Amino acid sequence: MCSVCGCGQASVADEPHVHDHGDGRGPHSHADDHGHVHTHEHDHDHGAEPHSHAHDHTHDHDHDHAHDHNPDHAHAHGADHDHTHGEHVHDYSAGEARVHVAGLSQERIVKIERDILSKNDGHARDNRRAFAARGVFALNLVSSPGSGKTTLLAKTIEKLRGREEVAVIEGDQQTSNDAERIRAAGAPAIQINTGKGCHLDAHMVGHAFESLRPRPGSVLFIENVGNLVCPAAFDLGEAKRVVVLSVTEGEDKPVKYPDMFASADLMLLNKSDLLPYVDFDVGKCLAYALRINPRLQTLVVSARTGEGLDAFVAWIEAHARQQPLAARG
Amino acid sequence: MHEMSLTESVVEIALEEMRKAGASRVTRIVLDVGRLSAVVPEAMEFCFAAVSSGTAAEGAELKIERVAGAGWCLDCAKTVALDERFGACPECGGYKVQMTQGDEMKIREMEVV
Repeated sequence: MCSVCGCGQASVADEPHVHDHGDGRGPHSHADDHGHVHTHEHDHDHGAEPHSHAHDHTHDHDHDHAHDHNPDHAHAHGADHDHTHGEHVHDYSAGEARVHVAGLSQERIVKIERDILSKNDGHARDNRRAFAARGVFALNLVSSPGSGKTTLLAKTIEKLRGREEVAVIEGDQQTSNDAERIRAAGAPAIQINTGKGCHLDAHMVGHAFESLRPRPGSVLFIENVGNLVCPAAFDLGEAKRVVVLSVTEGEDKPVKYPDMFASADLMLLNKSDLLPYVDFDVGKCLAYALRINPRLQTLVVSARTGEGLDAFVAWIEAHARQQPLAARG
Repeated sequence: MHEMSLTESVVEIALEEMRKAGASRVTRIVLDVGRLSAVVPEAMEFCFAAVSSGTAAEGAELKIERVAGAGWCLDCAKTVALDERFGACPECGGYKVQMTQGDEMKIREMEVV
């Protein structure tokens, strides 16, 4: 097939076959796959530097017109001819086989330079806009499994009763147990089951937010899947990220799982009522956490005894008030 | 295994860009993955076969280019190499190091036909 005009390889009579596409490439001859020898006149005008080369040559017409017009100009069609070219560039975008065939496009490189997380970040931006439009203050609660997040949340909701509207998005791999505990504590809640997924992503949260439709001005708690690794990279569109660490875990968790602590705004050191029974050095833990994230704020709390919960509530209210006030009641 | 969802994003973005380029198949994807980022390349390679299967990116080569870690040490006032995220400065041993390179997770380019 002709690489310029796409005309077929139908039989070309044994006579000079010259056509001009009027595109500056000039007349050129076609390959006709009928394996015979014939003579034709082949004269083309390259339009660049004036030159001409009329060459009578004999060649096998089985060459698919594979002119390699790279600078060194090696013709690949076993023809007995030579011609001199002036300086000109033909861009036939030589491919791997140095052949260009119309209709069969070649591999080409597409520059992308897009962040792998850009999809999630786009959804997170949408969420942030949706939260702002309703004056919702969203918190993303992250921790390892068993840190006492849900109990802490239920207690916090009780403390906020009569002060703030609260809604909760619960993320777990399975069961709606947590959403039920939150509803029992008096807040509307929606459960996201991630199935095999190890974290919530912004897309899931966007859908949950639409279904939940918290009242304007609410505080929205998003309780992430218990996991100190995967949720770190996924922005949900939250205003603040709260990491919960309990004193029954190692005090070096912040340096073992630094991404999570680096991305958090507040660390709650939970189960402080158990401090007398465990070898947990609070000072050391805080030092580790601040090494990873010097801007991290910290509170020592106990969901069981209520220690530190007033401070947490005050922290929430102080930050919630910094939200756009338009939609807040 | 957040590599699974990261890999899903890679394939999703690649297919999107392939359509934009008017192509019909992806044959190679080149990623820049920093040594300090939250990605295990082997896990991503493993996920890629599963995630791309049945798509126009099936069988494509996934090339993961590692980007070395570096940071700015406030105390030394210079850029130093970093082996781990939030690690100490290799010269002064301090932790006042701001990561400047090595946490990228990016699709650099791809080949399409």
